[in-house]
Amino acid sequence: MKVILDAKQIEAALSDLADRIARQISENVDIAVIGIRSRGEILANRLSEKLSNKLGKTVPCGTLDITLYRDDLNNPQSDTQPTVRSTVISFDINEKIIILVDDVLHTGRSTRAAMDALVDFGRPKAIRLAVLVDRGRREFPIQADYIGCKVDIGPGQTVEVNLVDTDDKDQVIIK
Amino acid sequence: MNTDKSILIKNGRIIDPANKVDTQADLLVVGDKVAQIGSIKSDCENVIDAKGKIVTPGLIDIHVHFREPGDEEEETIASGSAAAVAGGFTSVVCMPNTKPAIDDQTSVEYVHRMGRQARKTFIYVMGAVTKGREGNELAEMGLMAQAGAIGFTDDGCGVQDAAMMLRALKYAGMLNVVFAQHCQDDSLAAGGVMNAGYNSTILGLPGIDPLAEEMMLWRDIQLVKKTKVRYHAQHISTAGSVELVREAKAEGLPVTCEVTPHHLLFTDDAIIDYDTNYKVNPPLRTIKDVEALKRAIREGLIDALVTDHAPHLQSEKELEFLAAPFGIAGLECALSLYIKALIEPGICDWPDLISLMTHRPARVIAADRGTIARGDRADITIIDPGAEYTIDSSRFQSKSRNCPYNGWRVKGRVEKTIVAGEIRYSAD
Amino acid sequence: MARKTDKKFRWRLKHLLGLRELDRKEIEFILDTAKAFEQVGRRPIKKTPPLRGRVVANMFFEDSTRTRNSFALAAGRLSADVIEFTKKSSSVSKGETLLDTARNLEAMGVDIVVVRHGAGGAPKFLSRNINACVVNAGDGYNEHPTQALLDVYTIRQMRGSLDGLKIGIVGDIAHSRVARSGIWAMSKLGAEVTLIGPPTLMPAQAHLLPVKISYSLDEVLEQLDVINMLRIQFERLGKNPFPSVREYSHFFGLTVERMKRAKPDIIVMHPGPINRGLELESEVADGPNSVILKQVANGLPVRMAVLFLVNQAAAAESKSK
Repeated sequence: MKVILDAKQIEAALSDLADRIARQISENVDIAVIGIRSRGEILANRLSEKLSNKLGKTVPCGTLDITLYRDDLNNPQSDTQPTVRSTVISFDINEKIIILVDDVLHTGRSTRAAMDALVDFGRPKAIRLAVLVDRGRREFPIQADYIGCKVDIGPGQTVEVNLVDTDDKDQVIIK
Repeated sequence: MNTDKSILIKNGRIIDPANKVDTQADLLVVGDKVAQIGSIKSDCENVIDAKGKIVTPGLIDIHVHFREPGDEEEETIASGSAAAVAGGFTSVVCMPNTKPAIDDQTSVEYVHRMGRQARKTFIYVMGAVTKGREGNELAEMGLMAQAGAIGFTDDGCGVQDAAMMLRALKYAGMLNVVFAQHCQDDSLAAGGVMNAGYNSTILGLPGIDPLAEEMMLWRDIQLVKKTKVRYHAQHISTAGSVELVREAKAEGLPVTCEVTPHHLLFTDDAIIDYDTNYKVNPPLRTIKDVEALKRAIREGLIDALVTDHAPHLQSEKELEFLAAPFGIAGLECALSLYIKALIEPGICDWPDLISLMTHRPARVIAADRGTIARGDRADITIIDPGAEYTIDSSRFQSKSRNCPYNGWRVKGRVEKTIVAGEIRYSAD
Repeated sequence: MARKTDKKFRWRLKHLLGLRELDRKEIEFILDTAKAFEQVGRRPIKKTPPLRGRVVANMFFEDSTRTRNSFALAAGRLSADVIEFTKKSSSVSKGETLLDTARNLEAMGVDIVVVRHGAGGAPKFLSRNINACVVNAGDGYNEHPTQALLDVYTIRQMRGSLDGLKIGIVGDIAHSRVARSGIWAMSKLGAEVTLIGPPTLMPAQAHLLPVKISYSLDEVLEQLDVINMLRIQFERLGKNPFPSVREYSHFFGLTVERMKRAKPDIIVMHPGPINRGLELESEVADGPNSVILKQVANGLPVRMAVLFLVNQAAAAESKSK
């Protein structure tokens, strides 16, 4: 086990993400943040808070459950039960720029599922992808727009994002 | 066939309860008669070594359904007869609920003739009480009795109307035959497919209240008091019925009754998966009823063990529980089932069991059968009491496979069945 | 908020035949999953992909509009293809048997069979004989699991939990599959169930069920948090279980007058279709305590959850083979 980001570094990475997003988005466009359950949801909350402060307006935040859109749903790859949880998007996504937030970008399959799920809610002006960690080894042609940290690890290893809301503390580790 | 038509059965345990015989001995059959019992020196070529086996009077089942005429795809008199001897039965009584019902002389003669042609077991017939078993008009009981019917019943249902029942009973009395009744009050049982109780409630299936059986039995016993006609309650299934029979017998009324293996081996818990192989009429009851029946057997209240062999097509049993027909095909494994239900738990011993499957049922139908003293007709069953085997309904002689015992590991194999001095079945 | 479900829990049933055989955890898992499906009905595109390429057959051997449509819509919202098969049959052996009908549908590649049948146990019978998933949409007097699930879902929506609630089920209990499933679901979720009706409409040995029994609605009404009014089934009146409809509604109908003595927030339920003025007065059916239309609406997420879960179990099963 190796810690690649500690609590401070995660905080810094998120601030940096917020900075870059705020810089690139013009003032007259509405933006919203939507996190992919479950770690992406927590990161999205933190990010939307930072963005709201920077932009001086409330940036709405939602949560997306992608279980129903997973491509391995009827061909389960693992033994864990896919549990369907609620998707909570209490705002209109039409004509907004949606910052889609996930903790780790790996194969790109979750992102594909998330985009499919999202367009069932409306037609956003654009979808941008923000991730805390990009660990490479993509299986789908998908790239993130905003990356907190890039690591290159072997196929036997996994990246784990711990957040204080669900785990004991903020840290990103390689196992 | 042997030239001298004799068979010597050596060293068997001969059980002949009617004559209080239970002894190690040889038995010689000559022609269609029992010629000698004891230590026999004979030059008979046809010798059966019965060491370790039980030699008994041929078993008698006074309640079978052979479906002919009308439902020959389920069973014929020929296939049923083959099943009977495979089960050790040398005589059976066919019920009249065929299509059409056996309700006239010609039909009775037909069944007898088919039985003779099958040349397996001996076939007795009960005729229908009412025309078409509809309960409205008396059938020609006198002519049927003359043709050899040994009793009357509308089995499948009971005679519902009390006045009709009284008339029928009186008339049967004139003919000196037994009146057998499937006790079930249709107004209480209507639409029912299983015992009315907790299980029918949680399964949402219409139930048959035990009272449906008991009320008709009670009514009939009152009519027997009046008429003194021999009355036989078929396949009783409830603790209440046992008590009614007990009281009637205590009063000295000519009342007898019978019990099936399934009412001793199962309760209505068996239906929890809606398996139609457990759908029988009268329905499987509760543990309290099963125990009452077993107690009644121990006390000698029951007169006959029967199979109520009721063959049905697989395709008919492969229906919803509501739609499937009632019945179990069990002639070929009946003896083993009784060993399991009665001998293994110590409810009765071999002589008791044999008695309930031979001379006591013979007495119910007033037939001169069920004993193997010198000079008696040579109907003999040889049983290997220790032999274990697995019930395999796919190998039944019966045409039907509706048997919930399929796959059971049981004891007591029928080795040979001899009818009128002829070996009609051999296990090997 | 979706509840935290036990991580080790796994849904394993590829058939939903009844609620008697489910435990509390399994029932709650269905309800939690249904909760997640609720939002699908509020989106612009009310469709999700998990049953894409799967075929659901709606086999209805009894009249039904509500349940059949609800299942069809639920299957559609999960992107399944739906075959409608309706046949009025009183479980006669004439014509094609139930088993043959089901096997034929299966040969067409049906993955899930939703079956309503007049014979109790028909879905169980099918599940033993075909490979497809079987979902019971009501069988004889036995069970109607999705109706009871949507009932408890609705109660949970209103009160958060069923624990300690006093629930009355009023009417023809003996011939009601809704009552049977309801008894299991409600008692397993912690409610105290009272069956209310004349003794002629109570099943045999009802006292062995996890319920109380009352022959007087007036005696127990005041204590009830929820009252579920069963429909008078006129087709059963031939057996004359009570002297007249008038007498029945006099003793067991839920009237405005009776409602005055009930708890002010009592939840009034009915599985539909209502006989207005008989078991339920119109003012009560349409009144503020009635959740009858909510029940219908909740049928959708509940049935989506059921179809989704049995399909998941089938996928896991085929994987392990």
